[in-house]
Amino acid sequence: MAATRFRIWRQDGAEGEGGYRDYTTDVTEGMVVLDAVHQIQAESANDLAVRWNCKAGKCGSCSAEVNGNPRLMCMTRMSDLPTDRPVTVEPMRAFPVIRDLVCDVSWNYEVKKKIAPFEPRPPDAEDGTWRIAQEDVERVQEFRKCIECFLCQDVCHVLRDHHLHDEFVGPRFFVYNAALEMHPLDTADRLASLKRDEGIGYCNITKCCTKVCPEHITITDNAIIPLKERVVSEFYDPLKKLFRVFSGSARA
Amino acid sequence: MEQTPYEYDVLVVGAGGAGLRAAIEASAAGASCGVICKSLLGKAHTVMAEGGMAAAIGNVDERDDWKVHVTDTLRGGQYLSNPKMAEIHAKEAPERALELEAWGALFDRTKDGRILQRNFGGHRYPRLAHVGDRTGLEMIRTLQDHGIHRGIDFHMEYTVFRLLLDDGRVAGALAYDRERGRFRVYRAKAVVLATGGIGRAFRITSNSWEYTGDGHTLAYDAGADLIDMEFVQFHPTGMVWPPSVRGILVTEGVRGEGGILLNSDGDRFLFDEIPALYKDQTADSAEEGWRYVVGDRDARRPPELLTRDHVARCIVNQIKSGKGSPHGGVYLDIAWIKEKISNSEDHIKKKLPSMYHQFKELAGLDITKERMEVGPTTHYVMGGVRVDAESQMSTVPGLYAAGECAAGLHGANRLGGNSLSDLLVFGKRAGEYAAAFAREEGDVTLDEAQVEAAVGEALEPLEREGGEGPYQIQHELQDLMQEKVGIVRIESELEEAIEEIGRLSERARAVSAPGNREYNPGWHTALDLHPLLVASEAVARAGLLRRESRGAQFRDDYPRKDEHFGKVIIRAARGADGEMVVEEIPVEPMSDELTRLVEEMG
Repeated sequence: MAATRFRIWRQDGAEGEGGYRDYTTDVTEGMVVLDAVHQIQAESANDLAVRWNCKAGKCGSCSAEVNGNPRLMCMTRMSDLPTDRPVTVEPMRAFPVIRDLVCDVSWNYEVKKKIAPFEPRPPDAEDGTWRIAQEDVERVQEFRKCIECFLCQDVCHVLRDHHLHDEFVGPRFFVYNAALEMHPLDTADRLASLKRDEGIGYCNITKCCTKVCPEHITITDNAIIPLKERVVSEFYDPLKKLFRVFSGSARA
Repeated sequence: MEQTPYEYDVLVVGAGGAGLRAAIEASAAGASCGVICKSLLGKAHTVMAEGGMAAAIGNVDERDDWKVHVTDTLRGGQYLSNPKMAEIHAKEAPERALELEAWGALFDRTKDGRILQRNFGGHRYPRLAHVGDRTGLEMIRTLQDHGIHRGIDFHMEYTVFRLLLDDGRVAGALAYDRERGRFRVYRAKAVVLATGGIGRAFRITSNSWEYTGDGHTLAYDAGADLIDMEFVQFHPTGMVWPPSVRGILVTEGVRGEGGILLNSDGDRFLFDEIPALYKDQTADSAEEGWRYVVGDRDARRPPELLTRDHVARCIVNQIKSGKGSPHGGVYLDIAWIKEKISNSEDHIKKKLPSMYHQFKELAGLDITKERMEVGPTTHYVMGGVRVDAESQMSTVPGLYAAGECAAGLHGANRLGGNSLSDLLVFGKRAGEYAAAFAREEGDVTLDEAQVEAAVGEALEPLEREGGEGPYQIQHELQDLMQEKVGIVRIESELEEAIEEIGRLSERARAVSAPGNREYNPGWHTALDLHPLLVASEAVARAGLLRRESRGAQFRDDYPRKDEHFGKVIIRAARGADGEMVVEEIPVEPMSDELTRLVEEMG
């Protein structure tokens, strides 16, 4: 097939100055962007850094921005991209670059550690386990499909443009919270922390995260909005507020 | 090294299911614990597992128990498994599955709200706990999310280059940071290897770049025994087109839902290839095969559901005799069921969602309307580090192995679903015994000279100028293993392969990988060559020594099972002169109780 032009972001170390460099490689039938990047790596840029793993859209390692769109490189077919201009490939912009297409996503791992872990209620069946209905499982399974590619984090303007990483955990971790909060066995309470530490109020439901999710999780409608509603009814419900005043509960 | 070493009671290498489970257990036993992984946390190959984990909980069929499970496993492994491991596995798998639920995993449910279990090849009753077709993701995420709150240190994107020894006992490891190229020394009283398989030694594989036989070779270099290395599982159905996705798995579930295999003449060739042993259990017409698929208890299985090794070999024969598909596979057709059911498109999408999307997105092919092209792909290695059945300790004191890089449970052939349960059962045991070993055996001393020598060796490809690049050697090895040590083996080709591996090893010692140390893929590939070559040599040498066909090993020159080889397994270890020595050793004996069970259940 045809020789195709690429503009790939190259950067030597986190402090190094980055820039696009032009490459050309032959694109053959069925190739995805990750194949082209690997081919360029083999042909003309042996030290081009790229993170990848399963190459089947299941591990969420090869996240990048292709022609400005947050995508998994392994699931982006070359035949779906316009051929009249170079294909631009650059790292996710919401995180610091380590080198070339690889960025430092360790912040996400730190954030997750701060969220209260799963805490099941005591087993209620005679055999020491639980009985759970399939429909209760299904509601949470949507959130548990998440492959932690962090593309939703990359596209969220609260992180990408306003850099509120210290006050806002991002869509991935609202999905994580939702999976725990709606888990049929969980008993922990994360609403105060969602409001106070995790900044759920910053989300103004533009749904950018939902649009880029490669697992098609309805992030905004099914995870974030229900969590926002729970936070509102917990902290802004006038009756509950009154109750807190009289009971002396300090929670707010 | 001027840098202070990281110190742990237990160091775990690998963060898939086995490594995470080991770390959780070691830490629960009060050991300080560090985990080193090549990728980011949560990306290990466990994430790719689809079908489920085998555990005789008996939720769907109350006749199931550990006794049935252990006999299924031993039969599937052609009686070369370590019987004690098979027994422990069958007994403890249910507890491990239920424990996962207590940590937040959400399996699919039965009507009365218990964990649902599904049928799978070689398991007598519905036994696989599962979450749709993404069980591995559920498992690794549950272990990850549980593990991060247990005080375990995770060292992500580090590769272990060498194990360090203290007077024959393991004492730690030297690793390098893949992101920044820095070395790091770990001192540890016990080490658990949980590094997965060797799939990257072959050209066509369902494994990712990580599966370069690291744990196998780290153990071998430290003086440990490897066993069963001739047994490499080739899954019959991987994608073959487009080239970029060659090898990616097409689940057995497609055939379970009625998918049929066809050659270029449109013949359903497996009907002509039914082994005598399975004649009575296999349908003799397409009509009967379909009745089985739709649940008729009187109908027999369609031939597409014969064992993985057999189906893979038949596909190879079709391709070799010129009856393959245009891109070197055969056809797998599920779309044909539209002749049988009216809403076939919706049915396929509902039953096989990830397969529908995989072909739609990667091959531009609609499996509800068109035939797929498929061919065998390297999937799993039954062989690995020889371990004690109870403790998972290798033949090197303080060195443990669990999961795919350990051997013994699966014998000559692994049953689908027995891998995820293997990871949990033996990952847990490895962590528990490693922690106890660390507590009882006390401190180790690191030898500076070992560290310096290993660092020097690791830097050689970066510093050497004008040598050959590593990619060429890697590709030649993958082609060699694919062609000569693959699904069908023969003495002359195995001998050629062993010689060629020797020549490639020479070349690997002289490679250059220019560039700097930060995220340098050429350098990483250069360092992966040694483990790939050691694992490949062990497969070829063991395959040559086993002069019979059994389970995953098929020898064209010895096409039948041999009584003698049914009593021995093959051990590979480094000899005194540094050369690999392979020899037969007796299969582990079976207890009287197990012998009786095997006789009773057939």
